[in-house]
This record gives sequence, C-alpha cells and structure tokens, in this order.
Amino acid sequence: MSETAKAAASEAVLDNIETYSPVREFWRRLRKNKLAMASLVFLVGLTLVAIFAPYIAPYDPIDGVMSDSLQKPSSEHWLGTDELGRDILSRIIFGARISLRVGLLAVAIALSVGTVLGSIAGYFGGRIDNIIMRFMDVMLSFPSLLLAIAFMAALGKGVENAVIAISIVTMPEYARIVRGSVLSVKENEYVQAARAIGNKDAAIIFKHIMPNVIAPIIVRGTLGISTAILETAALGFLGLGVQPPDAEWGTMLGAGRSYMFNAPHLVMFPGIAITLTVMAFNLLGDGLRDALDPRLKQ
Amino acid sequence: MLRYFLKRLLMLIPVLLGVSLFVFLVLHLLTPDPALVVLGQHATAEQAEALRESLGLNDPLYVQFGRFLWDLLHGDFGRSLMTHAPVLEEILARFPATVELALAAIIIATVVGVTVGVISAVKQYSIFDYLSMIGALLGVSMPIFWLGLMMIIVFSLTLHLLPVNGRIDIGMEPAHITGLYVVDSILTGNWESLKSALKHLVMPATALASYSTAIIARMTRSTMLEVIRQDYIRTARAKGLKEKVVIYKHALRNALIPVVTVIGLQLGVLMGGAVLTETVFSWPGIGSRMVDAILASDYPLVQGTVIFTATVFVVVNLIVDLLYAWLDPRIKYS
Amino acid sequence: MSDVLLKVDNLKTHFFLDEGVVPAVDGVSFHLNRGETLAVVGESGSGKSITSLSIMRLIPSPPGRIVGGSIYFNGQDLLKLPEKEMRRIRGNKISMIFQEPMTSLNPVYRVGDQIAEALINHQGVNKKEAMEKAVEMLRLTGIPSPEKRAYEFPHQMSGGMRQRVMIAMALSCRPELLIADEPTTALDVTIQAQILELMQELQEKFGTAIIMITHDLAVVAEMADRAAVMYCGKVVEEATVEELFEKPLHPYTRGLLASIPRVEEEVDKLYMIEGTVPNLMHLPAGCAFAPRCPEAESRCHRARPELVEVSPGRKVSCWLVEGGAG
Repeated sequence: MSETAKAAASEAVLDNIETYSPVREFWRRLRKNKLAMASLVFLVGLTLVAIFAPYIAPYDPIDGVMSDSLQKPSSEHWLGTDELGRDILSRIIFGARISLRVGLLAVAIALSVGTVLGSIAGYFGGRIDNIIMRFMDVMLSFPSLLLAIAFMAALGKGVENAVIAISIVTMPEYARIVRGSVLSVKENEYVQAARAIGNKDAAIIFKHIMPNVIAPIIVRGTLGISTAILETAALGFLGLGVQPPDAEWGTMLGAGRSYMFNAPHLVMFPGIAITLTVMAFNLLGDGLRDALDPRLKQ
Repeated sequence: MLRYFLKRLLMLIPVLLGVSLFVFLVLHLLTPDPALVVLGQHATAEQAEALRESLGLNDPLYVQFGRFLWDLLHGDFGRSLMTHAPVLEEILARFPATVELALAAIIIATVVGVTVGVISAVKQYSIFDYLSMIGALLGVSMPIFWLGLMMIIVFSLTLHLLPVNGRIDIGMEPAHITGLYVVDSILTGNWESLKSALKHLVMPATALASYSTAIIARMTRSTMLEVIRQDYIRTARAKGLKEKVVIYKHALRNALIPVVTVIGLQLGVLMGGAVLTETVFSWPGIGSRMVDAILASDYPLVQGTVIFTATVFVVVNLIVDLLYAWLDPRIKYS
Repeated sequence: MSDVLLKVDNLKTHFFLDEGVVPAVDGVSFHLNRGETLAVVGESGSGKSITSLSIMRLIPSPPGRIVGGSIYFNGQDLLKLPEKEMRRIRGNKISMIFQEPMTSLNPVYRVGDQIAEALINHQGVNKKEAMEKAVEMLRLTGIPSPEKRAYEFPHQMSGGMRQRVMIAMALSCRPELLIADEPTTALDVTIQAQILELMQELQEKFGTAIIMITHDLAVVAEMADRAAVMYCGKVVEEATVEELFEKPLHPYTRGLLASIPRVEEEVDKLYMIEGTVPNLMHLPAGCAFAPRCPEAESRCHRARPELVEVSPGRKVSCWLVEGGAG
C-alpha cells in the first residue's frame, strides 16, 4: 500500500468513527430485516387507513341497508355485508381505529405505570420493592385474560373499560422487566459515580438508568400491542368489550358467529384483519429486538 | 426436597390470601350495588337498605373481607344469583369439562411444540424449519376463538367430519369416575363413548392449544439451538455417541429446563383461552359459565370462578416449579 | 505395525461464511508416533483447534467442511470412513479433552454416568460394570473418594476436578491417541502443573500418544517430544522440542520464544511480535507472516514458501532459511 493510500484508508476509518451513531446502526440493522420492514410499512399503512377511515371506507360502518343483508363478497361489497346489510370492508376499516387505539393506549398506560413502579421498586429496593413486587406477584397469579374478564365484570362493558382492564393486567410484566433492568444497571460504576457527586434520585433514574432500560421496554411494548389487540378482540367477542353497533373486529366476530352457517365471510374477514395486524406487531417487535440487541438473535 | 416442598407450600398461603383480597376488593369496590342487581332499578330505598343490611354490606370493609375469607375457608363461595345454587357446587360440576379440555390442549401443545421445536433446531434453515416457524408465527398471531370458528366452518359445516359443539353425544356419557369423559370411557372400556368424546374434544383442544404450541415450539427451537452449541454436546459427540443419543439424551434434557417454565406459564394462557374456546364450542366448562355469569351480573359466581381458577393456576405452577427443580440438579432446594 | 500412529497429510478445513471462505486449516501435514507427545503450538486463530476437531471429524457443519487431504490413523484414512465407523473410533481409539472443563461436562447428568456412558457405548459392558470402571478411572486420576464423587453433578466440583473427570472419561476406553486442546489454559497455575503431571503419568501407564494443542511454550517444554508450530492455518516449523528451543529456524518461532519472560535476564521491555494475526479471508499473497516479520524481504511478500525438510525430522517454511523453501 502506498503512503497516500494508507492515509486515505485511515481517514475513512476516522470518518466512520465520527459518523457512527447507535440510532443509525440500529436503523441499518432493522432495514436489513425484510419481514420487520414489511410489517412496519403495513402498520403505517393501517394507521393511515384508520386515520382517514371516513374518506376511505366505501360505506357507512353503522347504517346498513337491510335489504342488502348477508351478501357474499361482490364487486359492490368486496368483503360482503353483515346481518344488518352493513359493508364489512367499511366496518373493518373503522375497526382498525378501535383496535389500534385500544392497543396503543393500553400499552401506553401499562408501560408508564409499570415503568414507574418497576423503577421505584428496583432503584430503592427494600420494603418498597417488597410491597410493589408482592402485589405484582398476586396480579401474576391470575391468568391474564381471566383477570381482564374479571375487571370487565366489575367495571362494566365498553371500550374505555377494556382499555383499563387490559392495561391493568399487562402492567406487572412491564414492572418486572423494568425492575430487572434497573437492578442490573444500578450497580454500574457510572451510576454510583452520579450518586457520589450528589445527583438526586429522580435525576439519576431518568438521566442515567432510563436510557439503558429503554431498549427492552420498546421491544416488550411492541409485542405488548399485539397482546392488547388480541385481548380487546377477545373481550369484544365475548360481548364484554366494544358494544354494538360500533365496529370492532372482535365484536364483529362475536356477532357474525350466529350467521356462520350460511355466511362464513362474516367471521372470516375480521379474523384475517386481526391476524395480520397482530402478526405485523409481532414481526416488528422481533425485528426491533434483533436490531437493538444483535446478541439475542438466533 | 421435602423441606423445599413444604416451604413452597407455605408460600402459597400469602399468595392465595392476596388473590382473595384482590378479587374481593375489585368486585366490591367497582361493581354496582348488588342490592340493585337483585331487586332491579325500581326497588325502593327502604327495600334496598333492608337487603344491604341483611347481606352485611353495611359492615366495615375489613369485617366483610373477614367474613368472606372465613366462608371461603369453609368452602362457602356464596350462592349464585341466577340459580341460587352454591357457587362451589356450580364450579365443581363444570370443572371436569374444563380440566379435560385444558389437559388435552397442554398435551397437544407440549408434544407437538417440543417435537417441532427440536426438529426445527436440528435441521435449522431447512424447509421444515421455515414452514414450522411460519406456522408458529401464525399460531401466536391468530385469535384462538377465530381459529375455532374457522375449524367449525371447515370440519363441521363443510366436511361434516366433526360435531359443532358439546362434550359428547347425548346419552353417551360414560359412568362417572373422574368426570373426564375420555378417561372414564377408557376406564370403563366404553369405546363408543370414547369415540364420541374424542370427536368432540379434538377441535376445541386443538384450537385452544394453537397459541401455546407455537410458543413452546419457538422456545424449544431457540433453547435447542443454544444447547447444541454448548461444549458438553461436543464432549458427547467426542465420546462417539450416536447423533440421536446426543440430541435426545444430552441436548434435549438441558433444553427442556427453560421449556418447562414456559409450559407452566402456558397453563395460565390456556385457562384464559378456555373461556374463549368454551364459548366458541359451547363446551360446558367453568369458562363459558363465567361468561354467562358476567353477562347476567351474577357476581358471586364470577368471584368464585376467578378465585377458584387462580388457585388452580397457582397450585399448578407450584407443581411445575417442583418439576423444574427435579430436571435441573443445579437448583438447590433451599 | 509401523511406528507411525497418525499421519495428517495436506489437511484443508474451510469455513464457508456469508462474508466469504475462511481457510482455517490450509494444507497442514504432520505425523505422530505411538506413545509420543506432539505439541501443536500457535496463537488463537492459527487453526490448531480446528486441526484437532478435523481429526475427530467434529467440525461444525455447516459452515465448516474438510475440503482436502487425508488423516491416516493406524494406516486407515479417517476422512474416508463412514460416519458409523468413525463413531466407533471417537472416544474409543481417539479421544479428546477440551479447554473449558467448566462447560464441557453435561450439567444434568452425574459425572460417573457420563464416564460410564463411553464404556457402555464402546465396550459393551453393562451399567454396573461400567460404573465400577468409571469409579476406578476417577481413582486413577487422583480424585479423592471416587466412589462418592462419581455420583455428584459437575456443578459440585471445581475446575481442576472437572478436568480430571474429563481425563478419566477420555482415557476410560484406553485410547491410542488423546487430543488435548488447551487442557490447562482455563485452570489456576498450581492446578495446571498437577493436570499436566497426571497426563504424563497416565500416558506412561497406558502408552497413549498425545497431541497437545497449546499456545503456552512452557507446556510444550514440559510435555512434548516434538512440536509443530502453526500460523494462519499452516505448519511453519516442525522439530523436536530440544531443537526448537535451542535453535528455532522460523522467525515466527523465534518471536514466540523471545516473548517468554525469563527470570534470569532482566529486560526493560518484553519482546512482542509486531502487528496482529491477519484476516484469514484476505491473506497476503506471499508468506502469511511476512507483514509482521522483522526480517522479511521482497520475495517473502511475493510468494509463499513451502514446508520442507531441512534436516531429518526438521521442517520449516521460510525463504530465509538455507534450503527452507523448496
């Protein structure tokens, strides 16, 4: 290698060092994951569809034409109509609004409460830790869907209560993850150092500990959205969640069940919508995990 | 081992106490006034007050909880508002159906999940591996109640192979021994009943097992992949053992340790899922009963079912933990 | 029967990765006589462990594959044997102990069972006899109260103890060849000496030939009759241990020897070979050591030297040694 070539090479190395950033590295790895990228595109598309539902949906999701009831898929109604003559495609499009909103909202609530409780428990330890975690243990003693159903029984039917129920029953898991991460980060030298120079506890938690536990939280949260969507659909299916005539995928399945003998499309399409959405969140979550922590990749 | 077992058994007490308190608080603080539920909207204030007094609802909360707990310990879960029968009786009558469904599902999930996971790991990147991982992805993404509905459409309504609902054809019930129709049929040698019971069981159990099968297959695959890279697997090969012995004796036993925990956790998922599956297939278990109870605002029955199921779940998890300790000699019984 | 037990000839083991082909072992040749100890010396990445796994035919595949050469053991080419016959040799005629005693034993089985397994597998003895023999082997390796220890799990033992178990397991079928891949690297210095001594003692007792894979020249001096020095997947020098230490021919060998700290000489700075092992995927055109070699000439960068015999039993591959490069 000539001297100039050597110099150029070392400069290139320096350039690389200067432009290296974890976010960019993460994005580079995520982009290589085709399934995760496809899921991301799908979910962005679905979100847009949900936002612009009134402009996209070909028919009104609530008012149907009774004479058109239980039609098979056709050029007029791509996915057919339900027992009240409502266009199923339009109802699925509007249903995306509820599923995404409930999924995101439930995870946001569960994650915030879980993060606060988990970091308090992990950071302070001792009696506070004990009280919080014993409480979480009790919550985890219930099968999660069963507990959600119990909450619905207590709170009453409806979409707001579904959000509350789902966020309560999924919260302990976030608290556990955050507590575990906090415990492992807490003893690091730089956290000890921050404490030694007199930083306040809250400042230490937010400035030094949170950035390190954010990766597992994001991954778990993304996967948690799929759980939340599945549980919303389950509650809707059982007649405890979103109430008719509002369009929600699980509720549509529950209502369509009675007609599946002669109109199976009533239960086919909402299920496909749930499966695809949940699958996309699962794949995206897996992709995020691999991209954030390549060591975990199989 | 015995000491460990007793210690774990003692630890159940605070957990179950917490579970009861939790359910009690949730249902007493959040539910509407039971007096109104029983008497309806048009009851007079005096009537409601009298009923509240007679139900003990005017006592302080801790007195109510004490009474509630005392009753629980005596097996008194209260009476159903719908049928006026004791709640425990209602639950126990339907419990075997749920046990049969959940057992069948966990057996399917474990056998299929572990087998698929092991083959996928041993033949990593093969067509089998790709197909089964796609299947596993579907399994974790499909709502089990939707899968159940689809199975009914295909196998019952289209192919007419399997019955749509129920546990067994009417009049075919085997003599009652365990309450599990499949087991009782075998015990009494009643093959017609067995055939009928299995035909009814296969769809609900498969639908219920789908999610857990997928989770177990994924977990088995990833732990197997990790285990077959371990040094002691190389040692086993260096001993000149057959590949089958290396995989099934040396690798699988190690890979099963984390898988057992997952199977234990899946039992909870199955119990939740049973509510859905039972509703889809009109399976006469406690899950479908609970949904009915909720829709009818039958709070004592809901409360009893939740506590009962949580207790079963906690006890089953204890058993799984003991199994875990037996599988992994590194765990100290302390 | 000839004196030669093992003859490795032009062995090539390559790894086929997404990024390209890694020639981890690229034309290695050496031989081993009965009852002899050969040390294979080199830095990590020189291909010494891959060579030993190739002899056992335990290269993880994919991505690895033996792409050429032959390995004659008792006059039989191991690379041509069907897998079934190879299994009869593994753990029976040739056995192996590894670097990490902590992770080389299966954590869920008792150590006695793990030793007995080899005996049951190869010698057709029943469970009870095998267990008795396993206890006997443990006694031979100097483990106190072996009849109790045999029923313990690996996690109940220290690293040195576990390496003794590995040795007991490896020698239980009285193999003709023992391959020891850095058997003492992971152990404390005092334990190292004990393990080496034990290996020598058992070698005398059973007449086992040993291939000692190591990067530690002290181990070579202590244990070996002859040594083969490896660099970048090739043998660069082969000699008796005396010759090697007295008059190393290859600059790389000289570098290795010079980097041993000596008690009797006081030096300001320990000698260090400049640079690092090159990437095997992008080896230089000439001698692989040339970029780091203090004596390299232009021909060293142009063409690869062959391994040639410069005196009986003495081989080297270097342009700078008289007659040392074909």
